[in-house]
Amino acid sequence: MAEYSLNTPLTDEDLKPLKAGDVVKLTGHIYTARDAAHKRLCDLLDEGKELPFELQGSVIYYVGPSPAPPGRPIGSAGPTTSYRMDTYAPRLHKLGQKASVGKGKRNDEVKQALKDNIAVYFGATGGAGALLSKCITEAEVIAFDDLGPEAIRKLTVEDFPLLVINDAHGGELYAQPDRKAAGL
Amino acid sequence: MRTIQAKDIIDAVATMCVRANTELPDDVRAKFEQAMANEDSASAKEVLRQLLENADLAMKTKLPLCQDTGLAVFFVEIGEDLTVEGGNVKDAINKGVRKGYGEGYLRKSACDPLTRKNTGDNTPAIIHFDIVPGDKLKIAYMAKGGGAENMSRVTMLAPAQGWEGIKKFVIERIAEAGPNPCPPTIVGIGVGGTFDHSARIAKKALLRRLDDTHPDPKIAELEKELEEALNKLGIGPMGLGGKTTVLSVKIALEPCHIASLPLAVNVQCHSQRHEEVEL
Repeated sequence: MAEYSLNTPLTDEDLKPLKAGDVVKLTGHIYTARDAAHKRLCDLLDEGKELPFELQGSVIYYVGPSPAPPGRPIGSAGPTTSYRMDTYAPRLHKLGQKASVGKGKRNDEVKQALKDNIAVYFGATGGAGALLSKCITEAEVIAFDDLGPEAIRKLTVEDFPLLVINDAHGGELYAQPDRKAAGL
Repeated sequence: MRTIQAKDIIDAVATMCVRANTELPDDVRAKFEQAMANEDSASAKEVLRQLLENADLAMKTKLPLCQDTGLAVFFVEIGEDLTVEGGNVKDAINKGVRKGYGEGYLRKSACDPLTRKNTGDNTPAIIHFDIVPGDKLKIAYMAKGGGAENMSRVTMLAPAQGWEGIKKFVIERIAEAGPNPCPPTIVGIGVGGTFDHSARIAKKALLRRLDDTHPDPKIAELEKELEEALNKLGIGPMGLGGKTTVLSVKIALEPCHIASLPLAVNVQCHSQRHEEVEL
């Protein structure tokens, strides 16, 4: 298990060495998007319109933060469950998205898209939203303001702590449940 | 007849919403500490360490423990000898939610199921009412996040499947959920009643303290048996492997139809946020 410090935008060279289980401290800009924002991004692509941020080299964080209290850039900001974005993720990876940050399992199409496009799926600790918000120094809504917590925000992060869950070579970190040991 | 003011309900509910979302209950914290001592794996220990640090930070900064501050779920017991002045209980609870989620900078997660348009103030709350003897109003609140709720299921087993069938269904559910509901989870199990009632008692079971023992020794034994089996799955904290897949199993049983064996599994993430007030 290795530790890396990476800066956005991410490149193939950044991601090729990463293996499931590696720790990455990420610095730079990342973009928030959940189900509703993903749907709109794909609608824009269908209509041949420009996206609100540059996909090439981008990192999308699956998060709907709580509102920022006075004096803070953002509220609590931990990951949401990723499988809900599985419908959209392969298309965005094909167009240059290099990583997503969430929690929970991805489907086979997403894992294949990570291999095909040299991309990775990072996990952040779910339910540690207060702690993770410490690494976010700026937040600005850049699209779909009407979606409220689900709007797309551009976040500036410093040493954001991530774990490689699915790497670009087919590796996966999640433990397989031992059904036999549990009596099934 | 005793009289209370609707305004007092609004304030009490608002206070509960904010406090429950920023202060991790002591029984959950104690379970994290026990789990940390019990785990061998470095990644499991690290997740639990982060969760404890997160709880300290939330307490200090008043940031929510988790950004998903949930749908607001209430179990309300209204004494028969109590009247409310200046409004009604249901409206007062919803106003309390609006106030608490607004003033506490909590996330508003309620939306139209089809258009997905956010209602903007986290109402309507999900409220279960019960009429009881006496002149008190008891309100229990739970912030129920979406990730763990999505991993919950209701099924109608055949009576012949019995406890073995229940056990199999619960283990398979938690195995299949894997890392998704933010393990280590708390598993509320409702057995009996009707289709809807089993889900309601499963959810209510999640309000119990994690360190309590079911008053019926036979059910207490079943809870222990299931907890041990689930922890053998090895899913571990955040699915990274380990001995702590669940923090606790809580079972509620009620009589059901002679033809049925309703079973509900309500999964609760480790960020278990709830409080209770009596007015």
